[in-house]
Amino acid sequence: MIKNYLKVALKVLARRKFFTFISLFGISITLLVLMVMAAIFDHSLAPHSPETRSDETLGIYQLTMRGKENTQNSDPGYYFLDRYARSLAKLPGVERFSIVSTPQTAVSYLGGKKIESQMRRADGELWKIMEFEFLEGGPFTPEDESGARFVAVISETSRERFFGGQPALGRTIEADGQRFRVVGVVRDVPTLRFSSAADIWVPISTSKSKLYREQWMGGFNGLILASDEDHFPAIKAELDARLREAERNLPDPKTFQTLTAGADTLFEAHVRKVSPGNTEVIYPGRAKAVLFLLMLLFMLLPTLNLVNINLSRILDRASEIGVRKAFGASSRTLVGQFVVENLVLTLIGSLAGLVLAGLVLSALNASGFLPYARLALNYRVFLYGLAMAVFFGILSGVYPAWRMSKLHPVQALRGRSV
Amino acid sequence: MIHLDQVSKMYRTDRIETTALDNINLAVEKGEFVSIMGPSGCGKSTLLNLMGLLDEPSKGKVELDGVAINGQGDRALARVRNERIGFIFQQFHLVSDLSVADNVEIPLLYRKMSNKERRKAALSALDRVGLSSRTNHFPTQLSGGQQQRVAIARAIVGKPRILLADEPTGNLDSQMGDEIMDILEGLNSEGTTIVMVTHDPRLAERTNRTVRLFDGRQVQ
Repeated sequence: MIKNYLKVALKVLARRKFFTFISLFGISITLLVLMVMAAIFDHSLAPHSPETRSDETLGIYQLTMRGKENTQNSDPGYYFLDRYARSLAKLPGVERFSIVSTPQTAVSYLGGKKIESQMRRADGELWKIMEFEFLEGGPFTPEDESGARFVAVISETSRERFFGGQPALGRTIEADGQRFRVVGVVRDVPTLRFSSAADIWVPISTSKSKLYREQWMGGFNGLILASDEDHFPAIKAELDARLREAERNLPDPKTFQTLTAGADTLFEAHVRKVSPGNTEVIYPGRAKAVLFLLMLLFMLLPTLNLVNINLSRILDRASEIGVRKAFGASSRTLVGQFVVENLVLTLIGSLAGLVLAGLVLSALNASGFLPYARLALNYRVFLYGLAMAVFFGILSGVYPAWRMSKLHPVQALRGRSV
Repeated sequence: MIHLDQVSKMYRTDRIETTALDNINLAVEKGEFVSIMGPSGCGKSTLLNLMGLLDEPSKGKVELDGVAINGQGDRALARVRNERIGFIFQQFHLVSDLSVADNVEIPLLYRKMSNKERRKAALSALDRVGLSSRTNHFPTQLSGGQQQRVAIARAIVGKPRILLADEPTGNLDSQMGDEIMDILEGLNSEGTTIVMVTHDPRLAERTNRTVRLFDGRQVQ
């Protein structure tokens, strides 16, 4: 039966070339945009090198101090993370805890040429939470951090900038007025990965000033690697308890009385960043619903277009509908047939969309618009695309199919539509 | 086999009510070959549609094999049509996008059969109407007579006990019309009950009896 449906579907598409082109154009462009967006989301949020274990990692990316009249909101400071969050590593199911700075612009001069790099300062644990792809050497160690050794891991682009792409191991770079010996070179990290992207990584203890050790707010993130996400609720609850303890020791209790921070997944962290005003409570479920709604709205126009085109085909197909009804097709069977036909159309359109998306992603990668991005149509994006195509096919097919199936057989055989 | 008891059919458009059939009482028994005659617009096709369960009467009762079909749901009626009734239309109504064999298979799509069984039955039906050499052709590649023979193959492929033919020779020349009539007579002689609408008295004479309609009423 399906074979018969497919034959008819393909013939109908071939018969009305202009309508088919319009339909396929709408479907492919819609799915192209959705797939490119899905690829960007995937590249930002899904496990990718070096954040291959991002599904098991929580981050403390934001800290809010509140008083009756004042609110201060920024990245957490090293003191807060070291004093109150580091001990989360002792919780059951927590494998690692790392403190790493947010990227800061570090200026270097090489032969009179100015080089601007994004530099992070990290402890030695970072390399055990993230799986960077080392092209040369290896990471610096906790001993390098505790011994304040001036060592650095640089990206391949930094190697290109500083050493013309030549081997960099053991050589020295100057960054932000300090000199570091290169101990490792890693593959570039896309800037979309906001918890790991940088050009240069050096030990925190090499900071010019030691003031960071006393700061509650600013400049650092805490990363918590759990053995699996089942431990997330306990980690979040424990962080809350630590925050209550920290509130009792705030440096300026007259101005600030409460502390808020979250141990967030990457998605939650993005939601927290874009949540207006009150960032104490975030609603990732609502955010997902909003994203889904936006996707639906984006699909609405091409869906209505396709519904309209499908309805106009009723007249063309009236005789066939009449015959099928006369020979025993129920309305429900006909709905199934037309939905299958529409799915064929949308799957062909989505295949075209997939090819176009591949081209657009290659162009985006090459353009440098998203630095170091390696956007790709991996199996996850393909599955998103497939799911969207099926959803789109059903959404735009059910109503016309229902209308078609409701044609009265006698009217249909006379070649009249509804 | 088919019993119509005081059947009327009215069509309403806005405020105008048109009576297409008025108080029809008709019984078609098993193995009969009945023709329905009458001038254009007298309700012949409407009567055939009611007998074929494609339409419902406004009044009266339609029985098939002693079971009243009034009020049965869409799925139940579809199943009865599929299993017991075959249709032949004046306009052939072949699906132009499908090959001859695929067209003939249509009624079998709604039964639980394998592809192989369906194809075998379709080829057998096409052989019955003398078109086994045209299975992979498309309707537009056939003459009118051949198209009508494909339509007959489609009507008989599911081995229905009743064939309803609405002016099956109306679009054909007399020679082709005779060929189609020969096939129908052959099917009738094998036990198929046939009800045929026709304008042609010559064809009507070849049936067991003729029902005449005039202005929606049965006159004979």
